[in-house]
Amino acid sequence: MSANPPEPIAPYVIGWAVLLLLLGLSVLAAYEPIGIFQPIVHFGIAFTQAAIVFLLFMKLRGRPSLKWVFAGAGFFWLLFLFGLSMVDYGTRSGFPLK
Amino acid sequence: MFSGRLEAQYSDSRQQSETAQLGMWVFIATEVLFFGALVFSYFIYRFTYPEQFALAGHDSFILLGSVNQAILITSSLTMVLATRAAKADQQRALVLLLSATVALGLAFLGVKGYEYAKDVAAHSVPVIDYVFKPGYRRPTEIFWCFYFVATGLHALHLTIGIVLVALLAVRAAQGAFSPSYDAPLEVVGLYWSFVDTVWFFLFACIYPLGRAG
Amino acid sequence: MSATTAGLPARHPESQSESYLGDEHSLGSWLFTRDHKRIAILFFASITFFFFIGGAAAALIRLHLVNPYGTLLQPEVYNRMFTMHGIVMVWFFLIPSIPATLGNFLIPLMIGARDLAFPRLNLFSWYLFTLSGFIALYFIFIGGDDTGWTFYEPYSSNFANGHVIAAAVAVFINGFSTIATALNFVVTTHKLRAPGMTWFRLPLFVWAIYATSIVMLLATPVLAMTLALVGIERLWGVGIFNPALGGDPILFQHMFWFYSHPAVYIMVLPAMGVVSELVACFARRPVFGYRGMCYALISIAVIGFFVWGHHMFTAGISLTSAVVFSLMSFIVAVPSAIKVFNWTATLHNARISFDAPMLYALGFVGLFTIGGLTGLVLATLSADIHLQDTYFVVAHFHFIMVGGTVSAYFGGLHYWWSKITGRHYPEMWGRYAAILMFVGFNLTFFPQFILGYLGMPRRYYTYAPDLQTWNVLSSAGASILAAAYLLPLGYLTWSLFFGKRARANPWGATGLEWRTSSPPPAHNFPHTPTVTERPYRYDPRDGSFTTQDGAHFAEPAGLGLGLGAADV
Repeated sequence: MSANPPEPIAPYVIGWAVLLLLLGLSVLAAYEPIGIFQPIVHFGIAFTQAAIVFLLFMKLRGRPSLKWVFAGAGFFWLLFLFGLSMVDYGTRSGFPLK
Repeated sequence: MFSGRLEAQYSDSRQQSETAQLGMWVFIATEVLFFGALVFSYFIYRFTYPEQFALAGHDSFILLGSVNQAILITSSLTMVLATRAAKADQQRALVLLLSATVALGLAFLGVKGYEYAKDVAAHSVPVIDYVFKPGYRRPTEIFWCFYFVATGLHALHLTIGIVLVALLAVRAAQGAFSPSYDAPLEVVGLYWSFVDTVWFFLFACIYPLGRAG
Repeated sequence: MSATTAGLPARHPESQSESYLGDEHSLGSWLFTRDHKRIAILFFASITFFFFIGGAAAALIRLHLVNPYGTLLQPEVYNRMFTMHGIVMVWFFLIPSIPATLGNFLIPLMIGARDLAFPRLNLFSWYLFTLSGFIALYFIFIGGDDTGWTFYEPYSSNFANGHVIAAAVAVFINGFSTIATALNFVVTTHKLRAPGMTWFRLPLFVWAIYATSIVMLLATPVLAMTLALVGIERLWGVGIFNPALGGDPILFQHMFWFYSHPAVYIMVLPAMGVVSELVACFARRPVFGYRGMCYALISIAVIGFFVWGHHMFTAGISLTSAVVFSLMSFIVAVPSAIKVFNWTATLHNARISFDAPMLYALGFVGLFTIGGLTGLVLATLSADIHLQDTYFVVAHFHFIMVGGTVSAYFGGLHYWWSKITGRHYPEMWGRYAAILMFVGFNLTFFPQFILGYLGMPRRYYTYAPDLQTWNVLSSAGASILAAAYLLPLGYLTWSLFFGKRARANPWGATGLEWRTSSPPPAHNFPHTPTVTERPYRYDPRDGSFTTQDGAHFAEPAGLGLGLGAADV
């Protein structure tokens, strides 16, 4: 709320550069024959990028607050959807139909 | 959200601003589950039909997807610098940065439209115009269905964001914002960056598939 | 849990008006209002309308089932009728019922705030609800939908003859309304509590609405996406869930029940909140184990997300996951049981006054217990194979939703009626209606447990002739129930014009909502209250009580005799 001095630009520009770098890394990895690690690498990069945007551009960095709870709640609840469904998909026979 | 007046239920503008931001964070939590449910259905089919999804993913245009991601990343930078300019009372920079954000958003939609045109030309539209190449079976159609639903919903969210930022730019040009009143910028900035993050995950779902030999 | 945040200014010069009802009378002053109390009334009018639409469908179903070879409804019409009953009752009555009306009205009053955090969003939520309501009416009038309220795939996308897409769009938009309201409640509870109103001084009704809102926020988006995919599949014929095209119909059920099981808790948690308020006030004792009640509410909200698979035991999920979901379903019963025990313990050795709201609350406790215990029977894998898709299931969830939620909703309505309208309902009529509702409900739904046990499947428009006796009993009960619902419509409307005027605190209750006039002024409180006490400070010895802002009063004289002659 306080007026000047303005906060430094440097962290944002560095964050922007790192995000672009990760994008490049993701494209490069797509062409590497790493098999099963493909999805791990790509979703790993996506989560890293998301973390940078959340912490830096969406200003979550600093003291943990109520915002953290709600920022995390969505992702945390998705774990329930994925996790409990995987109990079924991991042990079910008969899908996919051949 | 956009009225500068202090509403009756708040004690001061700081409380009002914090509350508006918390509201946006709660909304983002619901959006995470909205897109998350879609990615969940994708996830189930991708690991049920890995080869088919690899075949279909190979037909997507990774260059266009990457250019678009770079555009969005840059737009997040301009948006956050706009809120910073408001805090520093740099009115001219604020208007310029908001306009740049709108322009980048429109550029994304332009590239996306061009990509859709190429998808149509490649007969990748499920049911309406879909050609099964040799080895392609039904699940490739599911991939493209996910592609259009996910990118379409993302484009819709981005369009809403463009309208919101454009409105902010007009009000900024009228001098509506000051270091003591920038809550709408912060709130819309959160939304804008969140739409940006959604794209990271959609990118990982769509473009890298089936390229490594 | 941080301490309170809102440091409101002590004086609000603009709130000089007498009551939120009396300020302005034009239609525009209602349709463009931002007052949470007026928006609550708007929601109340809307959901009352839909309650009777859904009720009419139920009446036709029960009338048809009097005869095993019923000829009242054609088979197709019968399917559309139970679908309409389900969709209207779930999304247009039960889910918004307590939160959007009582919650909207009471949350700011109970926490000592002047309004919700986002008043315009609150009004927008009602408009979304109304829009979705019109779409729902549209799909009903052009012929309805025959999928059942569950939209099961691949039937809904490939085989159903009804207007599936219109129904899905109605529910989709309705979901936005739910999310908007829930977001408002969560943010308001966090940010706008009066000075001194710490988390563990919040009335249990606020805790319940908060827990409900969390469930709404985290479950509803998944339903929205699921229905969007169903609509797309039906419109274009892609195979997202269709096994013939490579899809997995069980995936649909996973996504649907990830929302729709927590939706059960969306319906019943607010009812638990209402009942906690009522039981404490009419037993003149603090709620037994207040903190345990708070933790139980939150545990139910969270564990409620782990049990959705118990709707799918016979749908083709793996045995391993069925065992996991069964176990989870037993676990979620624990906090529910804690709540029942705590209500019972609150009543122990108390001097109970049997006013109409208390009769509804006691009805809730008993019927909810039966509904919950039969839920355990259904969560048992082997029993579920026999009982799945029979009337046992129908009876079970109606005990929770009608016996539980609707009873509590009526109880809350009677309890806060004087606060909302400034008038008293006629007490004797209230008691008659409460007793009639309890009798009618049991006669309607208890026979359905037996029918289900005997193997009568749900959703069939015909049945074996030897089951007729139980069906006739059930239909007879339904007619009593219908009368019991029409009765309050009559006397509550009457009371709006002819009811005795109410004082600020006719029941002698402790919440902040009773510390302002009945009906409250536009911005709720002339001065922002400061909270110094925990809730429910009733003295069991002499019935005296201390309100949350620290004022002590003797027991109101008229309590237990009706028409609250209290002078508080």
